[in-house]
Amino acid sequence: MMQTITCECGHSNPYGTSLCQACGKPLKQDVEILSSMRYEGSARRSQTYKQTLVDKIWNFFSSVKVGVWLIVIILVAAAIGTIFPQETFIPPNVDPATHYESEYGTLGLIYYLLGFHNLYGSWWFILLLGMLGLSIIIASLDRGIPLYKALKTQRVTRHDQFMKNQRLFSKSSDVELDEIKYTLESLRYKVREENGNLFAEKGRFSRWGAYVNHVGLIIFLTGAMLRFFPGMYVDDILWVREGEKASIPGTSSEEGQYYLENNDFILEMYDKEEKKFNSALSSVDGEVAKNYQSNVTLYKTKENHTIGAEPELEKVKSGEIRVNEPFKFDSFALYQTDFKLNEFYKMSFELEEKATGNKFGKLTVDLHDPKKEYDLGDGYKVKIEEYFPNFVLNDQNQPSTVNNLPDNPAFVFSMYSPKTPEGEKAFVGIQKNIDSGENQFKMTFAGIETKDLTALTVRKDHTLWIIALGGIIFMIGVTQGLYWNYRRIWIKQNAGEVWAAAHTNKNWYGLKKDVEFLSDKTNLTPLEEKETASK
Amino acid sequence: MLKKNRFWFRSALLAILVVAVGYTIYNSMNEESGTYISKGDTAPNFVLTDLNGKQVELEDYRGKGVFLNFWGTWCKPCEREMPYMQRQYEKYKDQGVEILAVNVSETNVSVKNFVDRYRMSFPVPMDKQREVTKAYGIGPIPTTILIDKNGKVVERTSESLSEKKIISFMEKIKP
Repeated sequence: MMQTITCECGHSNPYGTSLCQACGKPLKQDVEILSSMRYEGSARRSQTYKQTLVDKIWNFFSSVKVGVWLIVIILVAAAIGTIFPQETFIPPNVDPATHYESEYGTLGLIYYLLGFHNLYGSWWFILLLGMLGLSIIIASLDRGIPLYKALKTQRVTRHDQFMKNQRLFSKSSDVELDEIKYTLESLRYKVREENGNLFAEKGRFSRWGAYVNHVGLIIFLTGAMLRFFPGMYVDDILWVREGEKASIPGTSSEEGQYYLENNDFILEMYDKEEKKFNSALSSVDGEVAKNYQSNVTLYKTKENHTIGAEPELEKVKSGEIRVNEPFKFDSFALYQTDFKLNEFYKMSFELEEKATGNKFGKLTVDLHDPKKEYDLGDGYKVKIEEYFPNFVLNDQNQPSTVNNLPDNPAFVFSMYSPKTPEGEKAFVGIQKNIDSGENQFKMTFAGIETKDLTALTVRKDHTLWIIALGGIIFMIGVTQGLYWNYRRIWIKQNAGEVWAAAHTNKNWYGLKKDVEFLSDKTNLTPLEEKETASK
Repeated sequence: MLKKNRFWFRSALLAILVVAVGYTIYNSMNEESGTYISKGDTAPNFVLTDLNGKQVELEDYRGKGVFLNFWGTWCKPCEREMPYMQRQYEKYKDQGVEILAVNVSETNVSVKNFVDRYRMSFPVPMDKQREVTKAYGIGPIPTTILIDKNGKVVERTSESLSEKKIISFMEKIKP
């Protein structure tokens, strides 16, 4: 059953209260009045009952100490997360499971296994943030509500012991109460009167600052959490070669799938000769980029497009993407993120007779789709036996390829001619042309075509406004609590004497200025600081 | 506040938070395995041309278990599991399990050589434009997705598979 404590002033306080909510009389023995003032001596609700499991969990999270530890753990984890690169920043097409170990050794493996490589997505980090959120909510409810009640029910007339134990206190005789009231009002205090006693307060709303900023934090965390909910957040990367169309990840729906065509990628440099930039650029070695731009066209397929099928595209719109100038459609935005200049696209070779230098036709190999056989006419033909887009000799000294990108193309050709109907083999790569030494023919390099690629970030973010709102509310709360403070002055008639006491939650200097002004203007004895108070 | 009310209020608040955080973690786990398609989802239909020029459409395999593998010739772990897949394919194809080994954006020349070398007899759909790879949110390869006879994803893994594992997968999706 719920016990209450009735004070001699008649107010009934919740169990666990140390200072009467109404008059401030200590309700327990050995109460340090001043140190109890932070929450008005109110009972922190969690500490009053210890019964069910729910209450125990509640009490655990109510502790500020627990909250601070959660923050420390989160900070340390976030710091560790910066030691090796996050998963987003390792090369695409590598498996993180092996990448971290091969790149950073055992520490890298541990880093990966514990989920530090994708910190914000790792279950234990989300759990920590969730626990922090819980701690913020419970600790705020547990302190905010009783504080609100105590400040609301506080009376003008305070108990003697309460008055005497305040940090600023004085006794006077013969004081003009109206004068005090008038002076305090001129200092913008809100003054209440009761039986010849005064209570003046200013800036009570600053006490809500901490709770407002906690509400902001909760909204912020909610926004961050929503990023993991389907449809709320897309952050992906899209590479498109010039002249090609590619489907935009995350944009598939029953109404169709969006495609993007890269019409042109433009990279412009500042002209060092130009007068305007001359002096600024003279100190810089090399070129300075002026513009990264992709000219794109957006298409959409018909309804119910089957993935992989040849898309029937309808043009939606065209646009230009520059850094910080995204291309927007629906709730998506495409940002210029990266580029690759001059990726090999087509390579040309000529079939040449070694002895004479005579040439028997030219073939052009599309590096993304080479043909098996190229017929050069008159009995001359070339077959591609092997193709290595990104040639490397593997650990067994066998020719192989690093990946599927044509960054270092190499071929094994079979060359056929009327003179060599059996065919001759040769290995041809960049600056490599190897055969058995007995070949009569060889493949001669005859030019290369390249294409630029643009990389765009595909972003959809329905959480941003929630996060921004949380941030704004947080800042309002911080401002409220930091730039204002709650000052209170009590005046009490006590057997012919007039007692004065003052309290603030911070900025004692400001309060002292106020009470000095008050005693200057009236007959009030200057309030004196208790020596033990500051300790 | 009454004690009873307090208990319900506290329990409700804790429950809401546990559900919200739990759901977030659940979603983050799916994200790790490559965003879009995961266990329990219906595998999105796709159409690709295989190495022999035949159209392969996923929906045509309804009623069969589908062992959907994404791979590349340059990927060592893919190369390692291919012979195992071939051997088990020969055992399980008559029991209603099909292997579709989707090649991620490579050329017919490279893939043909590879397929001949390992004598692969299951269809190799060629995802030249990476459309299926993107739609299925494939990160690292090999990635294997197991689809049951009703078109539901029952497993998704980016591990390099042992033969034993492949057998257990085949058993899992056998209709």
